[in-house]
Amino acid sequence: MAATGAHADEHLEHGEHEGPLHEQYEDIDQQNESYIVGMWAFLVTEVMFFGALFVTYVLYRTRYQHDFWVSHLETNTLLGGINTTVLLTSSLTVALAVRAAMLKNRTGVILGLIPTLMGAVTFLVIKYFEYAEKFAHNHYPGPTFIPPSGAAKGPSQIFFSMYFGMTGLHGIHVLIGIIVIGALLYLWYKKRPVVTEDYVPTEMVGLYWHFVDLVWIFLFPLYYLIPK
Amino acid sequence: MSSITATGTIPAAEPAEKNYLNVTTTFKSWALTHDHKRIGVMYLVTIAIFFAVGSLMAGLIRAELTSPTGNFLESETYNKVFTAHGVIMIFWVLLAAVPGILGNFVIPLMIGARDVAFPRLNLLSYYFFVGGGLLAIAAVLSGGVDTGWTFYVPYASLYSNSQVGLAVTGAFLAGFSSIFTAVNFIVTVHKMRAPGMTWFRLPLFIWSAYATSLIVVLGTPVVAITLMMMLAERTLHIGFFSPELGGDPVLFQHLFWFYSHPAVYIMILPSFGVQSELLAAFSRKRVFGYHFVAFSSLAIAVLGFLVWGHHMFVSSQSMYQGVVFSLITFLIAVPTAVKIFNWTSTIYKGTVRLHAPMIYAISFMGLFIIGGLTGLYLSTMSTDIHLTNTYFVVAHFHYVMVGGAITGLLGGIHYWWPKMFGKMYPDRLAQITAIIVFLGFNLTFFPQFIVGWLGMPRRYHYYYLEPQFQPYNIMSSMGASILGLGFLITGGYLIWSLKFGAKATSNPWGAHGLEWTIPSPPDLHNFPTTPIVTDDVYDYEALDAAGLSGGVVAPQGVS
Amino acid sequence: MGNFPLAPPQASEFAHQIDPLFYALTAVCVFFGGITFLVVIYFSLRYKRGTKADRSNPKHEHLPLEISWSIFPLILALVFFWFGAKQFIYAKTPPKDAMEIYVVGKQWMWHIQHAESGVRENNTLHVPIGRPVKLTMISQDVLHAFYIPEFRIQYHVVPGRYTQSWFTATKPGTYHLFCAMYCGTQHSEMGGYVYAMKPDDYAQWIKNGGNDPQPQTLVERGGSIYTKMACEGCHTEKDTIHGPSLYSLYGKTRRFTDGTTAVADDAYIRESIYKPDAKIVAGYIDTMSPYVSGTQPGAISEEDMLALVAYIKTLGTTNMPLDKSLSGTQRGVTPNSKVPGSARVTAVGALGFEKDNPEANRLRNGKPAVGALGSEN
Repeated sequence: MAATGAHADEHLEHGEHEGPLHEQYEDIDQQNESYIVGMWAFLVTEVMFFGALFVTYVLYRTRYQHDFWVSHLETNTLLGGINTTVLLTSSLTVALAVRAAMLKNRTGVILGLIPTLMGAVTFLVIKYFEYAEKFAHNHYPGPTFIPPSGAAKGPSQIFFSMYFGMTGLHGIHVLIGIIVIGALLYLWYKKRPVVTEDYVPTEMVGLYWHFVDLVWIFLFPLYYLIPK
Repeated sequence: MSSITATGTIPAAEPAEKNYLNVTTTFKSWALTHDHKRIGVMYLVTIAIFFAVGSLMAGLIRAELTSPTGNFLESETYNKVFTAHGVIMIFWVLLAAVPGILGNFVIPLMIGARDVAFPRLNLLSYYFFVGGGLLAIAAVLSGGVDTGWTFYVPYASLYSNSQVGLAVTGAFLAGFSSIFTAVNFIVTVHKMRAPGMTWFRLPLFIWSAYATSLIVVLGTPVVAITLMMMLAERTLHIGFFSPELGGDPVLFQHLFWFYSHPAVYIMILPSFGVQSELLAAFSRKRVFGYHFVAFSSLAIAVLGFLVWGHHMFVSSQSMYQGVVFSLITFLIAVPTAVKIFNWTSTIYKGTVRLHAPMIYAISFMGLFIIGGLTGLYLSTMSTDIHLTNTYFVVAHFHYVMVGGAITGLLGGIHYWWPKMFGKMYPDRLAQITAIIVFLGFNLTFFPQFIVGWLGMPRRYHYYYLEPQFQPYNIMSSMGASILGLGFLITGGYLIWSLKFGAKATSNPWGAHGLEWTIPSPPDLHNFPTTPIVTDDVYDYEALDAAGLSGGVVAPQGVS
Repeated sequence: MGNFPLAPPQASEFAHQIDPLFYALTAVCVFFGGITFLVVIYFSLRYKRGTKADRSNPKHEHLPLEISWSIFPLILALVFFWFGAKQFIYAKTPPKDAMEIYVVGKQWMWHIQHAESGVRENNTLHVPIGRPVKLTMISQDVLHAFYIPEFRIQYHVVPGRYTQSWFTATKPGTYHLFCAMYCGTQHSEMGGYVYAMKPDDYAQWIKNGGNDPQPQTLVERGGSIYTKMACEGCHTEKDTIHGPSLYSLYGKTRRFTDGTTAVADDAYIRESIYKPDAKIVAGYIDTMSPYVSGTQPGAISEEDMLALVAYIKTLGTTNMPLDKSLSGTQRGVTPNSKVPGSARVTAVGALGFEKDNPEANRLRNGKPAVGALGSEN
């Protein structure tokens, strides 16, 4: 929800108005630099946001090594691997879109953003099936939780709490990404000057998407590839 | 909101002048404004209301504690009252007050900008703040919260039978409000400075606001996610911290204090900045050791992230962990001491005028010295065993938070009031009130040091096992009445001045700084043309030489 | 000082160590803080506008001054850090020969058991002077803190883990026992009195069975729980296919299926009962079902766990506990009212003994509050 607000607003910042230059700025360079600095500051808060979860994960995994290993066998490495590929590919396409935006190549941007958007949607669909599998096996933490055989209840529940907490939060970020990329695509399609005249809005969306991708790069080994 | 529109209509008596307050007067023009000055005023009104609610809670606490067996509240209600006091005062007054009110109003003016970098984000931040605050008020009205502002697990997650969800969601929104404001300030300071406004020409208030924003950006997300994990545990039974669900309650404390100790500096650093401004302006002298004061803010911001464990010496963290935290905590005393010594030296050989803001600055020094030094008792590990969780801690952090942060806020509000509203308040009355606040504050909280040293635990509704605590509690309650009176008088004459105060010139204090070069109150766009900064910060010699402020002037409206 | 006491009584060794440091800090703070504030006021008046004062050559930077007023507080700070840390480490290291007392905190009472004699008490603590006393503490529900201001000791009492504290009382008298960590509605009433007694008086008090008319040693109680829970069914005298033997377990190094080892201490035994699958002894598979922490039937409360651990510790090579002879001889003796401090304190909210009484569970939302979630599977 936090991220929703943060990002929705950042979207407002560069999405709603028509003329690219705001009155509080002297020139477009100052505005662009401000946007980029602001975006990085926002990404720093995002890093800290996930950071607390990663620290929690590390502490519990050190404490409950065996249970984490047993529980992680329940995650679907194949689906997780496909999702990793999907996200990495979408990161490439969004980079191509940013490049095209710098060159003011509208077709290139649209051709880059469409597969990015599709990748994001695919990711969530696959995620849905993964979650459904956990629910089917009662691996959802709560009163009805049943640990995988061989794992202690408490530690295993912590594993799945962390799993749902972290991938869930990441999933929310993907969802926001879909909205933002969709909006960006629409603005490019409509040739709105706010995006076409300057590449910075596109670059900001790109940065955000790379961040979402990066978080997953950490999540994948932590939940799917725990060594024995 | 009504008082906002009221302030908006006041200068309308002189329709010739158009300023940010009267350029438009509709409700919508305020509610949807992008103007940093109006947003600052909106924060002022909102925070004043929250402060009044929080103070009311404090009054209830003090009234209840005059007797060892309580007077009129049930224990459950008492617990809800002190929780409401803590939550409202920390999340909706202290964390937002100086950045929200003074930061929003003054920062763009000080650096010669037309607005903050992201005005819309600024407005959104305000509504997050208000929305969160409304949730907190709703939590109080719909039964209250009885967890203490720290929301420690497993009590808050599995045992408390109160409106924890509403309050935590509110705090979460307030946290994001401060993140937005911080991002805004960081970008504004980096990118919006007027030509010639180099980093070392920045007023120290900007430096401290910048350091504060760094802490907010790095720390607040951690507490936000931690509170969300706690809430997930409470509502969905997704275990993170409770031993019953396989978790570790001490981990919650680590994550919580990782933010909440730096949060102390979020509250106090902006007031440090105000303090530097006040001492320079009312001693008519450059701040002594400008670079040291500026960098001590950054040092405090950095070190502030490495000391959270000193809240947990006796909470079953490892002994050696505690030793390291204690050591770093002692290190942080150094930049703090450096600030105090530099401020003292600023007054030396100055030309001191004891207007109300200066009285607040001096009282800040007195209270903060006590607040800071008593911190040493708590960072010394062995004395902390005895003193932690007692009224000694309560007194210590009130000296820092109220004696420091709120005194700084009051000083700053008195200093920039003429700029904000174009009116002078009765200075003599304000000086006397400042002294009443100082005395009332000391009478309230100094006895709490003693009663804490005697061993009275905090958050105690009854103390009938130790009736000898009573005299000190009565003293404290008497002091609270005086303190409350001081705040009431302050509110009274400030509101009075809006209608009846003398008109303020552009620079009533003869102070140095870009904000004093433009009319009071400023125009909508602050500066008619982008200013170009040519002189050093606090360069009063140049100011006097140029005769810009008429040398040492007596402010108008001084009774 | 009559109505305005200025210092709490000193009644333990720590008090005599910590107080000098406290007063030294006070002296330093009053001296330097006072001087600084007086200088601020003096400057403010001396250089008030209109006064004739030398304002020539004002300085704005002075590096030597900055360095000296950075270094000097630093040195002072390090001195206090050193003594504080040293005393803290001492206060966290109980001597080996300390008398053991077990403490269970729960909303809103302290339950205390003297390990040697098995005497139990609620919301009071009787201790002999001149002898180190080690407290092993755990919470049944939320966080608490065990605080005796006159002894200058305080430590958190945490659910799910044992914490320790120790002290040596020096002066006979009646002192205060507080819960210092906010724990809910009746937090301020969770506590009572500490009675520091001359060793002879303490021995007499123990002999009379303390406040408890029917004392049972901790080990004896542990033994009956051991029987009730039928631990003997799987853990027999020798290792069997059902489970490893618990005889002569305590203090031995255990090897586990994952190759790691651990010394069998209190925490290990507790963990092995609440989370049997956390560490599987090499050669075994996980067949034991975990016991939940709580007071409902089939669960083992933290209080019972302390007894059970104490019993398992005493298991030698036979099934007779080693120190059965230690006490239990005084059953049925009523408390002697002449013993100092034998007056019972039943603070409001104290629940009294709940042993073996599943009806004593407090309900929250219709569910048992203690160990509520653990019991739902």
